[in-house]
Amino acid sequence: MSKSRVGVIRFPGTNCDRDVFEAVGQSGADAVWLWHGDQFDPKGFDALILPGGFSYGDYLRSGALAARAVAMKSVREAASKGTPILGICNGFQILCESGLLPGALTRNHGLRFIDAWVDLKKAGGKTTFGASLKVGEGIRIPIAHADGRYVIEEESLKSLRDNNQVWLEYVENPNGSIANIAGVTNLSGNVAGLMPHPERAYHDWMGGSDGRKLLEIWK
Amino acid sequence: MAKEFTFGVTVMPRKEVLDTQGRAVEETLKREGEPVVSARVGRYVELKVTGDTVKEAEATAQKISAGLLANTLIETFELKLL
Repeated sequence: MSKSRVGVIRFPGTNCDRDVFEAVGQSGADAVWLWHGDQFDPKGFDALILPGGFSYGDYLRSGALAARAVAMKSVREAASKGTPILGICNGFQILCESGLLPGALTRNHGLRFIDAWVDLKKAGGKTTFGASLKVGEGIRIPIAHADGRYVIEEESLKSLRDNNQVWLEYVENPNGSIANIAGVTNLSGNVAGLMPHPERAYHDWMGGSDGRKLLEIWK
Repeated sequence: MAKEFTFGVTVMPRKEVLDTQGRAVEETLKREGEPVVSARVGRYVELKVTGDTVKEAEATAQKISAGLLANTLIETFELKLL
């Protein structure tokens, strides 16, 4: 069986791209670079990842300018075809700004950039990322963000819950996110985003390897 | 022939969304003893667009503001022809 091909998209200011690329490779898939300025054929990819960083220096709003990148046309096409797509940190912000995921990410409640290991639990969601985790099961991976406070209107939050789109929750809320939300999915479940960094928890020497439970979908 | 029109676009965080920058400014001023009740921080954009008529230019500015300059889930905006 040929290896799965996973596209890793680089925007100007993405800085977790190499970590994600290596993590995907170590999980047994072929990681392939994709460039923000080029369209690509979604048919060639089994999954896509938008890594974290500070695309366009977080100008205007985090992820707002990258959400309008040329490559996002192909990401939209892939999303509508059901390709698994994951946005990590800034990638999550980009997916929210592009409308592919509901809600928005705003400045942390305490105003500070937070770099810390956090406990998460799976709340639900149909995404293949972390599908082996049971609902309620916990994982520990790091966060590193200033704009991680997830907001959504009360009514939309209810529909997120009704449609099983709340994916990950913080056990202790670090940033003021509504309903402790750390990650959500789209309605059909193939597009998912989270603020924590699974690629930074891949080996025990990193402090933990729970990130594998979210990214190892290609084995 | 298309003319140029300049709009001032004021983007503000929605009242129900916590305005962290405004809060930081407000608390700093209060700490300095200024008689400040509240401060809210938004963004101001001067946008020059082309159009045959003011109406057409305004429609363009409206579309750009709602589509990119403001995220209407968390922000509101106001247009003013300059």
